[in-house]
Amino acid sequence: MRPGVQALSLGGLVGLLFAVSLLIGPAQLGAGESLRALWSGEGGATVLVMREIRLPRALLAAMVGAVLGLSGAALQGYLRNPLAEPGLIGVSGAAALGAVIALQTGLAGAATLALPLSGLAGALVAVLIVLLLAGPRGGALTLILAGIAVSALAGALTALVLNLSPNPFAASEIVFWTLGSLADRSMVHVALAAPFIGLAMVALLSQARALDALTLGEDAAQAMGVSLTRVRLTLVLAIAAGVGAATAVAGAIGFVGLVVPHLLRRWVGARPGRLLWASALGGAALVLAADIAVRLIAPDRDLKLGVIMALIGAPLFLHLIWRTRAEA
Amino acid sequence: MSGLTLRDLTVKRGECPVVDHVSLTVAPGEVVGLIGPNGAGKTTLMRAALGLLRSEGSSSLLALGPAERARAAAWLPQAREIAWPVSVETLVRLGRMPHGAGTSPADDAAVDAALQRCGLESFRTRSATALSGGEQARVLIARALAQDAPLLMADEPIAGLDPAAQIQIMQVFQTLAGDGKAVLVSLHDLGLAARHCTRLALLHRGRLVAEGPARDVLAAQHLAATFGISGAFVETPSGPLFQTLEVLR
Repeated sequence: MRPGVQALSLGGLVGLLFAVSLLIGPAQLGAGESLRALWSGEGGATVLVMREIRLPRALLAAMVGAVLGLSGAALQGYLRNPLAEPGLIGVSGAAALGAVIALQTGLAGAATLALPLSGLAGALVAVLIVLLLAGPRGGALTLILAGIAVSALAGALTALVLNLSPNPFAASEIVFWTLGSLADRSMVHVALAAPFIGLAMVALLSQARALDALTLGEDAAQAMGVSLTRVRLTLVLAIAAGVGAATAVAGAIGFVGLVVPHLLRRWVGARPGRLLWASALGGAALVLAADIAVRLIAPDRDLKLGVIMALIGAPLFLHLIWRTRAEA
Repeated sequence: MSGLTLRDLTVKRGECPVVDHVSLTVAPGEVVGLIGPNGAGKTTLMRAALGLLRSEGSSSLLALGPAERARAAAWLPQAREIAWPVSVETLVRLGRMPHGAGTSPADDAAVDAALQRCGLESFRTRSATALSGGEQARVLIARALAQDAPLLMADEPIAGLDPAAQIQIMQVFQTLAGDGKAVLVSLHDLGLAARHCTRLALLHRGRLVAEGPARDVLAAQHLAATFGISGAFVETPSGPLFQTLEVLR
């Protein structure tokens, strides 16, 4: 039962990191005391810290990491390319643009949900444009090209918003937001993102067999009863919902969708279907770990999660390239 | 009903027909060799028959839903694609997908039989992408065999393989036909086609110009009109021999 053992060990790692994440913060609370407060709801300020600050942060880290890892694995499986990452179809760039517009116009200050909702709207517009450009029967290549075009446009518009930003404070707020962070998020953010991320994960995990079949190429998979049109539509919509929601609440967090499937591929025997759940757990673990690192390394400097992620992700990726080269 | 029946199958690219009113049957117990020059429409014909391309006319497979079709016909595309370094057994087991989860004793038996038929038992746990081209070709054929469909369609399965591998694969097809399956295989090697196929079908510019025993299809006038070559066909004690001779210009 190797898959079972793998699921247990990865799941255990996520559980452990989740618990550690709950126990770290500027408020010096005892481990037993804080977990008891979280569970029982008795203990005044401790309950508040645990339930309103640390729990949403840990939940978001796990959710965002899981959906990013899963989306990366699914897209790599569909495109049969280990370099694919969820940002490829333009969703994260567009979600960031939506959020930046909310910051720029002051909407974000007016209502808590204005920023993430605006991010989600950006993701929705992006996926509609991508589907329109790539067409219902469009192949993998047109999908990638449409994604690149949408990403480039969203990037340019984000730069324009920054460029026209009325004062340096608004500009720095935008820049900091785009670096990605899970600090100061509330249960409201969790409640907003959870349905999108949950649906996205169910939809992506349902494509395991189709992605396995795609190992043999599109023609052979189709002749084995896989509907490529349905796989593509499911993937694009699910990644838009999941990554769009993740970006909307946490900002742009790169490298998870690229590195996690890479790290785990050999471990699951390279099977794209099995890589899905493994990457979901692996992504959750990686983002939880990075978010713990953010708080341990510089507790008072508000180090951004996206920055740490890139600092962990890029060397990890280089190491993988090195190893691949050594094997070849 | 098993095998394949095509009636007036036509595929158009714009206005130009790439496959032009082809009617062909492949019955259980037959290995039909689909021959013709490059661009004659062999691949297009097979993909249209499987419903991978839009076509006019009828193919017996198109009457079935995608799931039933996957149990009625196994398709071996020309591009030998293995995207991930999965084990040989995992890859071959993908062929069981149309039959359910792929983990029942019947699935195990089909995978074992396919591996054995292609001489791959010792490769079971090897990574499929680390094998040589010829070995990968055999693994992919084993995958199609594991699908255990009454019809196998293979697009140039022996291109680029060494002589022994080519003969082995043609013999696998003959054994399948002996077991009551139908095989449609496109080939460029006319000598192997003459030796190992029960029947040949000759395509030229999308049309079926000749069909029948190798001796008739590989007649001088057909060779000249379609391939622009001459050839020699000889019956010998060790079976029919065909050798291409010269380009006629």
